[in-house]
Amino acid sequence: MPCATTTSGSSAVTLFLNYTLDGIANGMIYATLALALVLIYRATRIINFAQGAAGMLTTFIAFSLLSRGWGYWWAFIVVLAIGFALGAVTERLLIRPLHGKSELNPVIVTIGLLVVFEGLAGAIYGNASRGFPAAFSQRGLRVGHTAIAFSHFDVFILIAVLVLMAGTLVLFRFTALGLRMRATAFSREIARLLGVRVGPLLTLGWGLAGIAGSLAGLLVAPTSAFGPYYMDLILVYGFTAAVIGGLESPVGALVGGLISGLCISYVGGYLGSGLEPLGALALLMVALMARPEGIFARPPARRV
Amino acid sequence: MDTASLTRFLRLPRQPLLRHLLVAAGAGVVLYFVTVQLSTYNDYQVGEIASYIVVLAGLSLLTGTNGQISLGHGGFMAVGAYTLGLFMTHTGTNFVLELAAAAAVAAAAGIVIGLPATRLKGPYLAGMTLLLALAVPSIADKWPATFGGDQGLTVSAPTAPGSLVQEQWLSWIQILGALIVLVLLANLLWSRYGRAFRAVRDDEIAASLAGIHVARTKVLAFAISAACAGLGGALLALSTGVVNTGEFPLTLSIQLLAAMVLGGTGTLIGMVWGGILLVFLPQWSTSLSSDFNLGSGASAYLATIIFGVVLIVAMLAAPNGIQGGVRWLWAHRPRLGRGDHEAPAPVPVSTGD
Repeated sequence: MPCATTTSGSSAVTLFLNYTLDGIANGMIYATLALALVLIYRATRIINFAQGAAGMLTTFIAFSLLSRGWGYWWAFIVVLAIGFALGAVTERLLIRPLHGKSELNPVIVTIGLLVVFEGLAGAIYGNASRGFPAAFSQRGLRVGHTAIAFSHFDVFILIAVLVLMAGTLVLFRFTALGLRMRATAFSREIARLLGVRVGPLLTLGWGLAGIAGSLAGLLVAPTSAFGPYYMDLILVYGFTAAVIGGLESPVGALVGGLISGLCISYVGGYLGSGLEPLGALALLMVALMARPEGIFARPPARRV
Repeated sequence: MDTASLTRFLRLPRQPLLRHLLVAAGAGVVLYFVTVQLSTYNDYQVGEIASYIVVLAGLSLLTGTNGQISLGHGGFMAVGAYTLGLFMTHTGTNFVLELAAAAAVAAAAGIVIGLPATRLKGPYLAGMTLLLALAVPSIADKWPATFGGDQGLTVSAPTAPGSLVQEQWLSWIQILGALIVLVLLANLLWSRYGRAFRAVRDDEIAASLAGIHVARTKVLAFAISAACAGLGGALLALSTGVVNTGEFPLTLSIQLLAAMVLGGTGTLIGMVWGGILLVFLPQWSTSLSSDFNLGSGASAYLATIIFGVVLIVAMLAAPNGIQGGVRWLWAHRPRLGRGDHEAPAPVPVSTGD
């Protein structure tokens, strides 16, 4: 009898460990999308609901490039550049004219863009989900003689996201460009009065977010049903992560991503994978009730 | 046409309830003769439009009048439709009571979502309701024994009395539902509740200084809006005859938003345009794609693309929607030697502040 208890105990521990590792890997991806949302929110006070779909579209471009025989890394770099261009063009053409209007208008426009992106992908590539190659092996690493739910590809995810985060931090903390971007995020008018050319910085913010969105798309595609709608859930999980982190800070996006990744993984593991969206909804509601301004944002005074 | 000038033009009574009832009765009579003339399939479509109008009217109240955006009304529709399905499967009570229960359960769901929403600004709320649209179908998928799994639950309207065609009878039920909801909402918007909704939308702090309980008002708007969505979802389920998770994808919620914006955010009459768009746009795009010899796969997505493009263009170019255009035309109509140079009523811009 004691023997049986130990076995089930150790397998429960393994299970918990695997859910945790899974949650960390997924959380890093949610953090990437959260970072994209944060970059855009900082620049223009808008949630870009088309961010996931934009990443989906660029990943489909990568899919086309790969099927024409391109190498993975060339496609990877080109697609990140396309993501940048897509974000920048979106800001310049669709978002700039909405400045100063109701905050509902950009929500509706980005939703419209989400629908257009998904429709385009569906019309061109069809509804069926396809296989998308991973850069590295997806077989679990071995610790001792047990395989754990963490692969070389997950290590790559971890490194890629951390590099992106570090790059963002360096940009914001240590460069003149980043200082100007922070000034613009703080107050557009004051930055303009101080001689910052605000317009290109907003475009740059959306472009950088486009890179993060494309990266998220490329990292999610191998482990999901890669089709026109595979980024829908990633978008809302990324949104949850961004809200938990406070929508203002890249570090908040990372922490929020890890929190939501772990919570969603535990809900999916212990209660059934179908309940993951419901778990995320509960998490988001609790986070918004407990701390609407997020963990890493200072509570602002109410504006009259 | 805004209500005030229409009232003056048609010499309608100034008492709101009486006026709304008169307009609704007139519309009912016209629709009766229209549905009698139409083919069964067109009757079916008129019924679908009426069901969508119920949903859209609730959404218009929430977003246009109260300033809270929802990307999850498909979720509330699912709640209403599944409630009706469960009642029809397990108990055989009164049909009207079952519809009322569908609205009530959806209203309860609306209160649950509306409570945290009271503390949220636009984009946060949009994200949370987006998650709702994805979460509700996952509940039904999780417990297939209760919710019927992929097969779903069967629902059916009461059989038509006498020699009436079933589709016609069903469309009358749905039209009656839409008219009742529209009269109730029109009165509500005319009452102090409607004024409170608008006051909260325009300036929460000013509204609270004026003695309006802001949080309660926002939750109330959410509950009413969700009830409309639930009732509309239940009515629409009568058309399809079945409730399953495939009927309520995220796209549905987004199309509802698009139809509301295109119809004219904040108006009730504009939602008629929205309902027509929701029913006919997929059909038009299918015929359009067959004209251009697109494959059947692409044609399914053409409606989606058109919806998105029209939504973006409308937001950038004409944020007041179709009804805003109708109002503009009405305000600038040629006056035939009437000598009264009254200024045209200012067109309320409900989506901009």
